[in-house]
Amino acid sequence: MIESRWDVVVVGAGPAGLAAACMAAEAGRRVVVLDENPQPGGQIWRGEDHHWIRRFSASGSTFRGACTVVDQPEPGVLHVVGRNISYHLRFKRLVIATGARERFMPFPGWTLPGVVGAGGLQALVKSGWPLAGKRVVVAGAGPLLLQAAAFFRSRGARLTCLAEQTPLRRGLSFALRSGKRLQAIALLGRLCDVPYRWSCWPVRASGQERVESVTLRQGDRMWTEPCDYLACSFGLVPNTELAQLVGCELVDGAVRVDEQQETTVSGVYCAGEPTGIGGVDLALIQGQIAGCSAAGSLQRASAFFEQRARWIEFRARLQAAFALRQELRQLPDPETVVCRCEDVPLKEIRPHSCWRSAKLQTRCGMGPCQGRICGPIVEFLFGWKVDSVRPPLTPVRLEQLVNRGSAATADRHDSHPG
Amino acid sequence: MIEIRVNGKTLKVPEGVSVAAAIALSGHDRFRRSVAGQPRGPLCGIGVCFECRVTVDGEPHVRSCQLLCWPGMEVCTDD
Amino acid sequence: MTADVIVIGAGIVGAACADALTQGGLRVVVIEPSLAVSGATGAGMGHLLILDENEAEFSITRYSRDRWNQMAMEMPSSLEYERCGTIWIAAVPEELPLLKQRCAFLQSRQVRAEILDSQQLAEAEPNLRPGLPGGLFIPDDAILYPPAAAGWLLKRAEQRGAAVLTGKRVTHIQAWGVELEDGSRLEAHHVVCATGMWTPQLIGGLPIQPRKGHLVITDRYPGFVRHAVMELGYLKSAHGRESESVAFNVQPRKTGQVLIGSSRQFGVTDARPESRIISSMVQRAIDFMPRIAQLSALRAWTGFRAATPDRLPMVGPVANRPNCLLCAGHEGIGITTCLASAGLVSAFILGDRPPLDPKPYAVERF
Ligand SMILES: Cc1cc2nc3c(=O)[nH]c(=O)nc-3n(C[C@H](O)[C@H](O)[C@H](O)COP(=O)(O)OP(=O)(O)OC[C@H]3O[C@@H](n4cnc5c(N)ncnc54)[C@H](O)[C@@H]3O)c2cc1C
Ligand SMILES: Cc1cc2nc3c(=O)[nH]c(=O)nc-3n(C[C@H](O)[C@H](O)[C@H](O)COP(=O)(O)OP(=O)(O)OC[C@H]3O[C@@H](n4cnc5c(N)ncnc54)[C@H](O)[C@@H]3O)c2cc1C
Ligand code: FES
Repeated sequence: MIESRWDVVVVGAGPAGLAAACMAAEAGRRVVVLDENPQPGGQIWRGEDHHWIRRFSASGSTFRGACTVVDQPEPGVLHVVGRNISYHLRFKRLVIATGARERFMPFPGWTLPGVVGAGGLQALVKSGWPLAGKRVVVAGAGPLLLQAAAFFRSRGARLTCLAEQTPLRRGLSFALRSGKRLQAIALLGRLCDVPYRWSCWPVRASGQERVESVTLRQGDRMWTEPCDYLACSFGLVPNTELAQLVGCELVDGAVRVDEQQETTVSGVYCAGEPTGIGGVDLALIQGQIAGCSAAGSLQRASAFFEQRARWIEFRARLQAAFALRQELRQLPDPETVVCRCEDVPLKEIRPHSCWRSAKLQTRCGMGPCQGRICGPIVEFLFGWKVDSVRPPLTPVRLEQLVNRGSAATADRHDSHPG
Repeated sequence: MIEIRVNGKTLKVPEGVSVAAAIALSGHDRFRRSVAGQPRGPLCGIGVCFECRVTVDGEPHVRSCQLLCWPGMEVCTDD
Repeated sequence: MTADVIVIGAGIVGAACADALTQGGLRVVVIEPSLAVSGATGAGMGHLLILDENEAEFSITRYSRDRWNQMAMEMPSSLEYERCGTIWIAAVPEELPLLKQRCAFLQSRQVRAEILDSQQLAEAEPNLRPGLPGGLFIPDDAILYPPAAAGWLLKRAEQRGAAVLTGKRVTHIQAWGVELEDGSRLEAHHVVCATGMWTPQLIGGLPIQPRKGHLVITDRYPGFVRHAVMELGYLKSAHGRESESVAFNVQPRKTGQVLIGSSRQFGVTDARPESRIISSMVQRAIDFMPRIAQLSALRAWTGFRAATPDRLPMVGPVANRPNCLLCAGHEGIGITTCLASAGLVSAFILGDRPPLDPKPYAVERF
């Protein structure tokens, strides 16, 4: 049996998904929002009290947390699994707001415990991970580093260095021209006693059973910084897998959408990071447009077009300013593990001509993360196209692949956020 | 506060704490050994990388960053 | 002359042919439009087993399985070869006589085989549902990882001078060689067509049909399954001509992963995994191994077997196609049988004594 009482199904309860759900529900549509996380808010507001989350609670939308969409068993139907549930859900309109993940860069020692994503460590800390008194080095590319560093400090960490691979000139001109100048200055103010280094990146993490220090390079200078955590983030990668599975076309690794945020599949909309990494403001605007469009209120959607155009310009500047430098390609040595699930080192992957060949012959990308981590790495290192998507999108218990769930089981997991 | 066990040791954690955080609170950094035996811990924090897998109530390969603690939960890191 | 022999297709069958032919001292060129081992070989299960539905199936699987086992010492570890043995399961007591009959047949042909009673079966595979009536254990069957096996065979051929041209599609087979999609021609004394399910595109009028199969693989659970385990009913699914069937068939991969099959569908060309089929296939596995339900499934995929009406491959000369040998149609057992097929092909070309009677596999039998 397939649950089919929803007008609009939204996947992802981050800024984009919440905004879409609000617009569609406020227009009288029956809306359900699914998210893998137990709580709404996405990567930025997880578990926080935010006015968009309050608005979402009041909108009449239904929230189902700890639910992952893993497949489209037939057109117009999603397969949803949770820890103890598995069911099919029919949509009339679908909004894909699956956000992004961090991009990682392999260098010797990057697999040691204590080397974590910058956003990842933030997420862990928000879920109770202790950081007080710990020495943290933050490294990578992009504005997320600054926010993460300020957040770690607010939780009592000792920030010993912030290494941004981008040259100062590019970073500054971005900061001065972006609409977020004040925010950047405020953040920098909170970090003014932290060594903030531009054109600087990690070349090696060292330690026995966990990271004990990181070696950084800035120009010709190399030095070693002791640390408890090395929080790395080299930008974000759009989560396009669900969109691909549903049949949406991509352009340059992002989901192709039209003016209404509709994808190349009719009735399927996409908003936020999967359409290209643009940050929370663009995600909110795109989400509102997608929600209006999915509810059929095209007139209301068009009210946001001008704002969206501005943030799309911001997105282009953001991407250009923090583009990854070529030197990073030289970071891994032949023994450095690239595929962490299967422990495949660089030297085994390099001889292959493409992703499929490396996968078949080395098991690279065949582990439980399904290439979500190593795929973007080999794209960066070798320019390979990594686009195969296979169900289930995320591992599930075998019994969850058997169709027997019904709407009745799903109902018990409905909740209203807040 | 709720009580769980991590590698046989009893631990009290606040409600709403993830299993990954509880493991860190118990003083472990190493969550698992990779297929070649290397030590590993959480990387992505958001359910993507599978590096934080542990055994929960006898079920192996559970992503600890995506799961909240419940009372009486039995957690084993992988070695 | 570009080469003595052009092999079309770099699946495991083409790879085994190139390996055998270069061993015979011939200059070989392998042509592959996509990637080596990207066809059925990249999708299959890698069970090396003896089947005994009829004499022809027995001979080709027996010869090949034993050849694989002889080669085990030379194989790199990446092939993940393991002689785990096969256990065929009787689901109901009525199936026991058939098991015993098969066991007696195998023993009469000097193949090691034994009957397991209900308790021995439970000890051999503790995760099977209790109370199954019995099993047939064939200890010398094995498993390996097909893409690595095919890659290894190709590499051996290359080390003996073979050239592998990827990214080139053959459009026509001629008496003097082949024509490629880019308009160029390659000449050779012989052409071996090892193009699996694509063969009808090159040689019209052959009764080869794609037969879709689904597989699911789990995370690592070392020791959960110890042998390649299949229900006796698998034979009905494999040998039958029904448009759709599933059977219980699990394999322990050397990694500790469990590979779960199998399904068979005619008349479908869309390669996307179908949740309906996966659902009934997994349900079948759960029926036999209840605890498998709790294992974490990493991914599902599909492949196409090149099926002939009698499930035997078509190996040998083709009428009205001078200098052309066909070597295709290996259905669900080409990882095993590629070695016998390659032995036949090289005997045809070199004029040697064939390793087994070629008649049952002759192209003109249909
Ligand atoms: C780890 C991390 C931390 C970040 N921290 C910050 C920060 O502090 N400040 C900041 O400005 N920006 C941060 N960002 C950037 C962030 O991408 C944007 O700011 C903003 O949150 C994007 O909104 P979104 O709605 O597009 O996506 P997200 O907020 O990423 O929301 C997407 C949601 O979709 C869910 N999801 C994905 N796939 C599925 C599926 N198949 N089934 C069910 N649910 C699914 C995810 O669980 C997630 O909650 C972070 C990004 C990451 C990856
Ligand atoms: C789900 C499944 C499970 C299986 N399990 C087992 C098992 O456990 N044990 C077992 O023994 N067998 C198994 N098999 C069967 C086995 O995988 C196949 O029989 C075997 O791989 C066939 O090899 P092949 O080289 O003939 O075909 P393929 O591997 O398909 O190779 C044919 C090659 O020809 C190329 N080609 C096509 N057209 C052209 C052209 N015009 N020019 C040049 N090249 C061309 C293709 O690109 C392809 O690479 C299974 C199959 C499936 C689908
Ligand atoms: S830390 Fe990546 S999945 Fe939990």
